[in-house]
Amino acid sequence: MQILSEVFAWLPDVQLAHFLILSAILFTLGLYGIVTRRNAILVLMGLELVLNAANLNLIAFARYGGLNLDGQVAAIFVIILAAAEAAIALAIILNIFQRFQTINVDEVSSLKE
Amino acid sequence: MDTFDIVFYAFAAITVLSAFVVVFSRNIMYAAFSLLFTFCGVAGLYVLLQADFLAVTQILIYVGGILVLMLFGVMLTNKVVSVDIKTGTLHTIPAMILAAIVLGSLAAVFYATWSKTPDPATATTSTTKAIGELLMTNFVLPFEVASVILLAALVGAAFMARRTRKP
Repeated sequence: MQILSEVFAWLPDVQLAHFLILSAILFTLGLYGIVTRRNAILVLMGLELVLNAANLNLIAFARYGGLNLDGQVAAIFVIILAAAEAAIALAIILNIFQRFQTINVDEVSSLKE
Repeated sequence: MDTFDIVFYAFAAITVLSAFVVVFSRNIMYAAFSLLFTFCGVAGLYVLLQADFLAVTQILIYVGGILVLMLFGVMLTNKVVSVDIKTGTLHTIPAMILAAIVLGSLAAVFYATWSKTPDPATATTSTTKAIGELLMTNFVLPFEVASVILLAALVGAAFMARRTRKP
């Protein structure tokens, strides 16, 4: 541990902004995944990354920003909704697969024609 | 630079690297399994933030529930005979511009408040009891609404995912 802390001494000490910037990176990666992926399940995975980033923000503010336990309870509700959303979305994706034999989001466009 | 910082940077590295694999891997199975490391890394960060109940919930629900559901989805929606579980990408250039703008503005906002970050609240012991009390007092209406939503989602998902039988 002593050697590690000497090697990485140039890194700044961790405070609130570190958690916020980490969650910003996660949010951006999730957004990129949602926009670019063709496979609907991978779009869902990007959505989960975005929800995790939001949760990380809530809990970081619960620790540092004086939200205290209210932030953690809000994060619990986010997790509950994420579970419900994943179940519904996968049911919809299974139906789309039965109907179109594909789950690429750009090929499911029969409403356009 | 103490142990807290080292552990934070380790978990942050795990989370971000595996999130990169989730977003950029061309193989769906690789993406699904690296999502596992992302969730575990975020759970570790929750522990660092003294949210022990949240960390266990994250492991139980995300890793035990949502990720398994997604793996089922991957298995059920790819033809078994074909080994083609690769996937393509759409309009990457506008997405990169969008992501860069979002990340840049968020990081700018956070960097502007860098020096104003407050000290952490005093260390607490286990949060489980306090969260349970909050759920039964201040948050009892959202709690009940969430239970109804879960029931509706359960019934709806089971109804939609059922194979329609030909009459």
